[in-house]
Amino acid sequence: MTASAPAVEEHRSRPLRGILQRNGWTLGLLGFLVVLLVFTKLIQPSYGVSGIQGLAIAVLPLALAAAAQAVVVIAGGIDLSIGSMMALTSVIAATRMDEQSAGVGVAVVVLVLVIGLVIGAVNGALVVVTRVPDIVVTLAMSFVWAGAALLVLRTPGGGSVEWLRDLVLGPFGNEWIPRAAIALVVMVAIIWIPLQRSRLGLSFYAIGSDQLAAFRSGVSVGWTKFLAYVVAGLFSALAGIMLLASTGIGTPVPGPYTLLSVAAVVLGGVSLAGGRGGLVGPVIAVVILSLLRTDMTFMRLNTNLATVAQGVILVAVVMLGTFLTLRRKAE
Amino acid sequence: MTEAVATAERNRWLTAAGWRSLFRDRPVIPLIVLLALLVVVSELVRPGVVSPGWAGVIMRTAVPLAILAGAQTLAMLTGGIDLSVGAVASMSGFVVATLVGGQGLGVAILVAVVAAALAGLVTGIGVGIFRVHSLIMTLGMSFIVLGLANVWQIQMVQTGSGVPPELRTIGSNLAFEGVVPYSLVVFVPIAALILFALRRTGYGRLLYAVGDNPIAARLSGTRPWQVLIALYVITAVLAAIAGFLYSGLTNTASVTLVDTQVLPSVAAAVIGGTSILGGRGGFGGSIVGALILTVATSLLSSLGQPEAVRQILFGAIIVLVAAAYTRVTSEG
Repeated sequence: MTASAPAVEEHRSRPLRGILQRNGWTLGLLGFLVVLLVFTKLIQPSYGVSGIQGLAIAVLPLALAAAAQAVVVIAGGIDLSIGSMMALTSVIAATRMDEQSAGVGVAVVVLVLVIGLVIGAVNGALVVVTRVPDIVVTLAMSFVWAGAALLVLRTPGGGSVEWLRDLVLGPFGNEWIPRAAIALVVMVAIIWIPLQRSRLGLSFYAIGSDQLAAFRSGVSVGWTKFLAYVVAGLFSALAGIMLLASTGIGTPVPGPYTLLSVAAVVLGGVSLAGGRGGLVGPVIAVVILSLLRTDMTFMRLNTNLATVAQGVILVAVVMLGTFLTLRRKAE
Repeated sequence: MTEAVATAERNRWLTAAGWRSLFRDRPVIPLIVLLALLVVVSELVRPGVVSPGWAGVIMRTAVPLAILAGAQTLAMLTGGIDLSVGAVASMSGFVVATLVGGQGLGVAILVAVVAAALAGLVTGIGVGIFRVHSLIMTLGMSFIVLGLANVWQIQMVQTGSGVPPELRTIGSNLAFEGVVPYSLVVFVPIAALILFALRRTGYGRLLYAVGDNPIAARLSGTRPWQVLIALYVITAVLAAIAGFLYSGLTNTASVTLVDTQVLPSVAAAVIGGTSILGGRGGFGGSIVGALILTVATSLLSSLGQPEAVRQILFGAIIVLVAAAYTRVTSEG
């Protein structure tokens, strides 16, 4: 208590420094991204408008998956069913929208978002009610949702309504600003900013950092955890819809999104122990991971080495994080 | 007093608490009952399907899964999880298939096992010394192994490859008129070794100790990092052996061959009563768990149910079983 009081005082007197300290990791990531973009331009002078457009479209579904994962991890859980939920929601959308009018498309989007909330609620309810570790429940539910996706659509197919594709493909005003990037920022902001400022958002952080302390301060741990999974379900449904919008086809087999979302969350500065981090870091991390892959193809390196690099980065970041935590404790 | 104890002992099997302790202490018994039920249902659904030959085929499919589940069980006993078993197993099978033509079977297997052990060593150093969460470490390792295996694949694509006939025999042939799978020759010693090591050796108890209470384990003089490094080398070698059997069973060499078996291996261990939180469980349950999953798969395919239904049921079974275990262990 005595140690933290002067720190708070310091934040007040020098607000800029406080912001820098609290968002150090995110700002570092942003700096790294800028360096990486410059590097990309150097090794591939033709990298420009089309490159940025392609990057934004490739990043969009994974960034939303990372947002879903981040919410759950902040609340002290982990959701290994995100990829399967994306597969399920995207095939439902693809089969219901195929060759339908714009109005039906809107109804389908709303329906799929509700389905996202419901399947997120099922995950959350099972975690809270059975008291089985999150990893086991969501691993098991990843089977269930992937199986359901296969029941809806056996082979890749279906389609998207035109306006949904227009929402993410192409530039927005200036040719340098991809619509996909705008869509991403709007979706994350609409859900996360009000949430973060609400009591519920604070409760996510509270149960993530110390369940017992949160419980004793009057936070309903079970409900909060449940709602974290519901929010993750909503983000996963958005990710599924955006996957459909960017590819134009529904695929029932889950992509590598679950594992990549964990990687992005860790790289994005959200502690796997819970209670730390935000949504901006993981989203930037997704862009970095995606750009690294592009760079490796530009450098004519074997693209499989990009997979190796992803693994190494993931492990190295966590090692660094643990190392810093241990040193902080030692001090 | 002694009489009361004796009465309690006699009534143990009749009371709710007795049932609970049965599930908690000897989960293998109810699991075998469940397995028997599944066999009976298989017979009822398709009369005549259950035969010695059927048992042979079931065992042949279950053996590599049980070995993977064994690796998973050991990791889970320490409170960890090993998601890299799929990538390591696929890589090992693939390396053998590509090297056997030029180098001979012995060298090929040796190279594959050493490669797997190296991957396990790095994982163990990450988990044990740098204290990276095993989920992340093994996830990262599976990316690394898969990527390197892909690079290897591109190098080797000219020389051609094939699963050696010896592995095909061990992985898929059945002896004694199609009843006893050859893979038992590999499985029985491994299983005996794991069961013995967990029950009777110091290292086995250290695994439980580290999983149950790492701080207490450290304070009582063990070095958890040594235990963990050895553990992940062992799980990687077990995964490699399972990978050889899978490539023999399916006669395929692919760098993603075993990926689909990672979640079933976790499922078999969870169904077998091993807690993902560490410190509780054993390999016996995991073997029965692997058999249950295999029989259930065969039952569903004989019912003409698509793969999708199998996945949904597997998921539901894992949640239900894990919830049941959580109940009996927290209230007992």
